[in-house]
Amino acid sequence: MKTQIAQIEMAHGAGGKATRRLIEGLIVPALANPVLEQLSDSALLSINGTRLATTADGFVVKPLRFAGGSIGSLAVHGTVNDLAVSGAHPIALMATLILEAGLSGEILEQEIDAMAQAARDAGVSIVGGDTKVVEHGMADGMYITTFGIGALDERLTLGPHVVRAGDRVLLSGNIGDHGITILLARGELDLEAQIQSDSRAVTPFVDAICTAAAAGLRWMRDPTRGGVASALNELARDCGLAIVLEEEAIPVRDEVRGACELLGLDPLHIANEGQFIAIVAPGFAQSALEALRAVPGGEGAALIGTVEAAPSGTVLTCTRYGGTRIVDMLVGDPLPRIC
Amino acid sequence: MKYVDEFRDPELIATVAREIERIVDPARHYRIMEVCGGHTHSIYRHGLKNVLPENIQLVHGPGCPVCVLPMGRIDDGLSVLDRPDAVLTAFGDMMRVPGTKGTPLEYKARGADVRMVYSPLDALRIAQREPGKHVCFFAIGFETTAPSTALTILRAKALDVQNFSVFCNHVTILPAIRAILDSPDMRLDGFIGPGHVSTITGCRPYEFIAQHYQKPVVISGFEPLDLLQSILMLLRQLQAGESKVENQYRRIVPWDGNRAALLAMADVFELRPYFEWRGLGFISQSALKIKASYAAFDTEARFELPGVRVTDPKAAQCGEILKGVLSPPQCKLFGNACTPEHPVGALMVSSEGACAAYYKYVAR
Repeated sequence: MKTQIAQIEMAHGAGGKATRRLIEGLIVPALANPVLEQLSDSALLSINGTRLATTADGFVVKPLRFAGGSIGSLAVHGTVNDLAVSGAHPIALMATLILEAGLSGEILEQEIDAMAQAARDAGVSIVGGDTKVVEHGMADGMYITTFGIGALDERLTLGPHVVRAGDRVLLSGNIGDHGITILLARGELDLEAQIQSDSRAVTPFVDAICTAAAAGLRWMRDPTRGGVASALNELARDCGLAIVLEEEAIPVRDEVRGACELLGLDPLHIANEGQFIAIVAPGFAQSALEALRAVPGGEGAALIGTVEAAPSGTVLTCTRYGGTRIVDMLVGDPLPRIC
Repeated sequence: MKYVDEFRDPELIATVAREIERIVDPARHYRIMEVCGGHTHSIYRHGLKNVLPENIQLVHGPGCPVCVLPMGRIDDGLSVLDRPDAVLTAFGDMMRVPGTKGTPLEYKARGADVRMVYSPLDALRIAQREPGKHVCFFAIGFETTAPSTALTILRAKALDVQNFSVFCNHVTILPAIRAILDSPDMRLDGFIGPGHVSTITGCRPYEFIAQHYQKPVVISGFEPLDLLQSILMLLRQLQAGESKVENQYRRIVPWDGNRAALLAMADVFELRPYFEWRGLGFISQSALKIKASYAAFDTEARFELPGVRVTDPKAAQCGEILKGVLSPPQCKLFGNACTPEHPVGALMVSSEGACAAYYKYVAR
């Protein structure tokens, strides 16, 4: 056996170290090709001189509906966002529905409507797909997988290889809303909070930042599973530099902080579905920030840190008392700590 | 955020840090043990070491209930899953802790019915909802969580729930502290006392440390300001040549503890003659057992468990780290053979373990 993976665990899907090992240890070597090996949110292709971004995504959220969204809208937002942070204008999506026998027609209709609405809002068409039905008990109501295609913005050159020491880290808004909303919506923890998922298309924000600072934009990523910590650890590793965050500058709602404090979780590890991180050259940081803040819903954007030369491959946080600590990738699924 | 931000105020913290700097004796090396794993986690998470003078060394104590649980006990708990009707419930803390044949999460991935709960009462509710199953709650923790287990057993008895049992691994903190104090290589100057445990026990049980061993104890909260103030209070006692028990965490910890919780514990539990602590070995009267009158809810009384002892690899130096003789990176296995993803020793197991906290936040 080529991999060290004895069996698939939930951690392999959590977006942290185990996911990375699964992808790099098994999938990439087996399918080896230069596009795949980039391991970015979208695969970049050039067809007769036209540069395209393509992406695929799967949605298995439980429960299907939650405060601030549902699996249908999430599927559209997640796919559109992967294209947008790759520097592409989303053009079209495809969607495959895996339906469980017994799913109510009403719920399915609501989710198709949610997909249609989210696609209209994001300015993309859903141009095809597939439907499959599995036996009762074989899926949590429904799963959705998507494919998306977009045209690359020719003004942009993005990637870890263009990130330089001195660049600034820009975050589009509050973190942790989606992950904590889902955790609470599962009803396993006797906790309630007035929060909702941040699920949204980030295209208006990416458009604004491209208009204001295209020449200074180095790298973007939507910090979904594994959170901001995992996204930035991947960047630090890929560019061989250090990312130093200022703890105080990272926007987190009190409700999310409170839930994280109670459960022993770190907001930096919690999933987001409507935010993105951008690395911006220092001379463009302020104009990029102002452009984001000018878009409705972007008021919470903040500069949260700086790229530095050392320690290479590491993400650090400066605590507000002058201490520092390492911000690691997520290990396994985030689990509440009790005792 | 209320009750949190006040205790993370950078200005107040700078003020206390300056006061520590002012009174500390530069010629002396201070070794202070924070007993509780929650404190260890908070110290690393907030980077407090950088705020303290270099001659104050914080030594991480045995107060992580997940870390000190021997692997054989984890195997015993997981063996319940051999029964086809079994549901094993546990706190999130336990889910990634390895037994010899895998972690509870790995058992779950193989199809076993393992469920994470937030309270033992949730486990009891599952038993009521699913009468065809036997629901076992894998109980861990110090005096912090033992009362909720006791109250759940009392409720199970009152409701006559017959398909529910508790695999009891509750331990008590004081015998472990005494074992450390009695250890010949003990070189500690004072203790940051556990906060959450003391909400139940109160402050009196620590008096033997101050009186018999002449070491100061300050019961502390978990926020950065709490911890720095507690260190300042310890230094003041040391400068004055005093040793007494003080309560820094007065907003939560009553001097006499929580009487109702202590009564519930006394009703349901008795002391085990001895119990094995991972890294520390056997310590007498250091753990709780469910009394015979509640045997119907005691997993160990109801089912035959293997009860096999599993020793840690000799190369792991958990005991030395627990006693403060070594710091985490001084262990030969730290960061190479022993990591949070593949823990070999006790202290790498839970995020509150000293090695896991060090690995996660400081260096690897």
